[in-house]
Amino acid sequence: MRLTCPICGARDRREFYYQGDAVALYRPAPDAGVDAWDDYVHLRDNPAGVRRELWQHEAGCGAWLVAERNTTTHDVLSVSLVTDGTERGA
Amino acid sequence: MRIEGKGLIDRATPVRFQFDGVGHTGFAGDTLASALLAKGVRLMGRSFKYHRPRGVLTAGSEEPNALVTIGRGAAQEPNVRATVQEIYPGLEARPQNAWPSLKADVMALNDLAWPVLGAGFYYKTFMWPRGFWERLYEPIIRRAAGLGALSGAHNPDRSEKVYAFCDLLVIGSGPAGLMAALTAGRAGADVLLVEEDSVFGGRLNAETFLVDGLAGSDWAAQVVAELGEMENVRLMRRTAAVGAYDHGTYAAVERVNGHRGNRPEGAVLETFWRIVAKQVILAAGAIERPVAFENNDRPGIMTAGAVRAYLNRWGVSPGRRVAVFGNNDDAHRTAADLHAAGVEVAALIDSRADAQVRDADYPVYAGAVVTGSAGRLGLKRVSVKTSGGSKDIEVDCLAISGGWNPTVHLTCHMNGRPTWRDDIASFVPTPESIPGLVAVGACNGAFSTSACLADGAAAAGDALKVLGLTPPRSRAVPTAEDDPYQLAPLWAVPGKGRAWIDFQNDVTVKDIKQAATENFSSVEHMKRYTTQGMATDQGKNSNVAALAVLADATGRGIPETGTTTFRPPFSPVSLATFGAGAQGMGFAPQRFTTSHAESLARGAPMIEAGLWYRPSYFPAEGETHWRESCDREVGYVRNAVGICDVSTLGKIDIQGEGAAELLDFVYTNTFSTLKVGRVRYGLMLREDGFVMDDGTTARLGDQHYVMTTTTAAAGAVMRHLEFVHQVLCPHLDVRFTSVTEQWAQFAVAGPASRDLLNDMLETTVDNANWPFMACGPVTVSGVSGRLFRISFSGEHAYEIAVPARYGESLFKCLVQRAESMGGGAYGMEALNVMRIEKGHITHAEIHGRTTAFDIGFAGMVSATKDCIGKTMAAREGLVASDRERLVGLKPVGRDAELTAGAHLFDLGVEFRRDNSRGYTTSAAFSPTLGHHIALGFLQRGPERLGEVIRCVDHMRGLEAEVEVCAPVFVDPEGGRTRG
Repeated sequence: MRLTCPICGARDRREFYYQGDAVALYRPAPDAGVDAWDDYVHLRDNPAGVRRELWQHEAGCGAWLVAERNTTTHDVLSVSLVTDGTERGA
Repeated sequence: MRIEGKGLIDRATPVRFQFDGVGHTGFAGDTLASALLAKGVRLMGRSFKYHRPRGVLTAGSEEPNALVTIGRGAAQEPNVRATVQEIYPGLEARPQNAWPSLKADVMALNDLAWPVLGAGFYYKTFMWPRGFWERLYEPIIRRAAGLGALSGAHNPDRSEKVYAFCDLLVIGSGPAGLMAALTAGRAGADVLLVEEDSVFGGRLNAETFLVDGLAGSDWAAQVVAELGEMENVRLMRRTAAVGAYDHGTYAAVERVNGHRGNRPEGAVLETFWRIVAKQVILAAGAIERPVAFENNDRPGIMTAGAVRAYLNRWGVSPGRRVAVFGNNDDAHRTAADLHAAGVEVAALIDSRADAQVRDADYPVYAGAVVTGSAGRLGLKRVSVKTSGGSKDIEVDCLAISGGWNPTVHLTCHMNGRPTWRDDIASFVPTPESIPGLVAVGACNGAFSTSACLADGAAAAGDALKVLGLTPPRSRAVPTAEDDPYQLAPLWAVPGKGRAWIDFQNDVTVKDIKQAATENFSSVEHMKRYTTQGMATDQGKNSNVAALAVLADATGRGIPETGTTTFRPPFSPVSLATFGAGAQGMGFAPQRFTTSHAESLARGAPMIEAGLWYRPSYFPAEGETHWRESCDREVGYVRNAVGICDVSTLGKIDIQGEGAAELLDFVYTNTFSTLKVGRVRYGLMLREDGFVMDDGTTARLGDQHYVMTTTTAAAGAVMRHLEFVHQVLCPHLDVRFTSVTEQWAQFAVAGPASRDLLNDMLETTVDNANWPFMACGPVTVSGVSGRLFRISFSGEHAYEIAVPARYGESLFKCLVQRAESMGGGAYGMEALNVMRIEKGHITHAEIHGRTTAFDIGFAGMVSATKDCIGKTMAAREGLVASDRERLVGLKPVGRDAELTAGAHLFDLGVEFRRDNSRGYTTSAAFSPTLGHHIALGFLQRGPERLGEVIRCVDHMRGLEAEVEVCAPVFVDPEGGRTRG
């Protein structure tokens, strides 16, 4: 498996650390309530198809990335920096 | 029998080797199989289940029968295919799975018992009594059925792993592969050509075809020579592409030294290549399939293509009197080639009534089939049924061809399914099965040399376009034969006896029909029930025929019956090669501190801490037990001064305007208020509210901090900081740099620590200018370093850091001075004892299930700011008073031993799981107090100080009454630290 880091280019997956669902991007406010925090910390969908994931180019530039990956075909549709405003919106 | 004037072997270079204890001579260029056939040796092995005598079936890596063990002793290599192994002077090969000898194998009795040993026999036969399966039946069956064995000793041969990258990967070097590589190479692409054989050229070396008027092998050699001149082309032979993976990644195994005798010790045997290619052309060719008929497995019966390969490439006729049996025109070539070479062709038998053979000087039987064979250890006779009746023909070799199966395997490695083609009665790769890969030539069902050449050139042209390079204007290719490939499917000749489909796992037509009868009619069920295709050859010769027989038995078509799944590796790969470099200490990287060599010189045993190696203790003369050393070293620190390398702790340099704000968000407590030149202990939570890590962070400047992490969590904390910054606080201007390796850092601990340091520092320190938790730059013996007054031991202590290049010399200086002051170096054991005496936690306590509340640090979670984990840490269940919370434990009778991992029970209750009130996490003998002490977690612990409970270690059979106490055993007021 390979991922294309927007900073470094296409690299072997051994350079990357996998974190999990990109839901971790959307941290609730401290007073958002139990349900919002439960969702944020614990609850994850497990779709067959396209999902957004957080990876870090740990053995490279250190950038945290959002990868859109199809779990059924293993196609990586896009990789972008979490620091891109477009990624953090939604 | 060797045929004069034929073959690509070097007749000027004879090679002596041994097989089954007998010496033979072959020629350079021979495989073990060709050299043995040249000497008339047909019997090369015994079959897996019935121990039937077997010889070679093929001339390539798909060989199911001729498996041998190469070499002796620790490095012996089992299950090597005689068709792949090149001979070298001194080669020693032995047959396998036969006792006492290959010719008289007693286990061949199995063959007489075949009526009860059919498919699924052990599911039905060995049912009772229940316990017998594991103890009796399975061991016997396992001993009886089998392949070669490993030596059991450590194999000194080495493998290695290498990465490669290219524009275009060409797999296979037959006419299609060579033409593709040549086209792409001439256009300037970065081409990697891999070929599993020892010679490039594929079938061109095994046939008598002409290409552009040259002998096929000469044309191949000419192309390879041109490719060899190109700097943009890499040629790799003896390299099998064995797996296709995501995103253009391929695995290949190169035989580096297995074909050489007297290889130097430690030489690389095989290389595991991980190849990343932008475009791939798969020119893997095709594998010929045999036809099933009664006793079609005798030594001397082999595929028609293999017979041509032995004849044309190695100058060997596998028999003196040969019959050819096939259902297609390609088989006719074998008869023609043999005849032209002067070998007697006893019969050409074609199952098609309308088969046309021109100018044959040997008997031709059209519309006839072979129905059986005779000969105990080698073929003597075949029975032929013609339209006019039956006759026996005396032969010592039968060449059979049921047609060719494209080698589709790699295209199925990402769950692709091949497509059935009626005209060739076989499967071809489904386009786009592997993104970026195109199958060409015979691998794609194009069987003529001319079609292969054109296919290869066209695919290379397409690949060049994708790569942004200019394809050649002309797609003209050399002239070559373009004969049509015609066949009429013939899978199994009807008959009563056993007709073999899968030679390696001894599966017959009957077994497959039996599976269908018992309703194992799905191909995946049939495969598992009969074990067809499950041997190391993965059914390369047998899968399609097995499917056809199953389809017939279940009344379905072949495409509807489907195929089993082809998985990597394409050909067998030893685990040592997959795990190349990872044997023994190669399993994980090793990290050494700058004091490593000196610690070893002082006899310190090393203990692993993550990837780091740290000294356990430094034994002194006369000490016989680690506890003696440990107790002495604790004494150094408590009474004089001790030196310990603490460089393995993670060190993260944090700089920027936003550094303080970020630390406030990451830590539960506040760091923006920390003064420059001071250090503070910090606690970090995970977002779920549990403790993540702890450590001290020093403020070296207004916008400059240095954080320390625990040794184990250094990587995780670094990732966490980047995550918090990039994801949650991207507005902050702050940067993190790991400097763990850049600084060597040593604890200088004990009442005499300051005296020792002042002897070495340019500017002396005292309690006023360097109080507890002070830090700053110092110059030590002329080197700029940093000094931190922090203490893990609870004594008056410092940590001094210098650039790593000065670490070794500073460590030596510090230890020498400490020794002259009644102290010395101390290791992990002493460090651990002292931190338990002081109740300092490590990851034994913050093990992922404990909160700040549990370890008594609830007060460290700042009420005035948000931080990671704060919201979730406030959940009801995480602050409940009945949680297991940190306490100290000391034995009531002072001599009891305490251990980590013991459970805590109230007095008078049964020692059962549901009565457990907590557990111990760290324990040690405290030389300072003269008895054991422990840290642990106890329900309502802090409310129960002074109570007596029981501590039970079921694992070690220890039990003790202990008193619950505060988790600080030595100097609870901290006076010594500040002294």
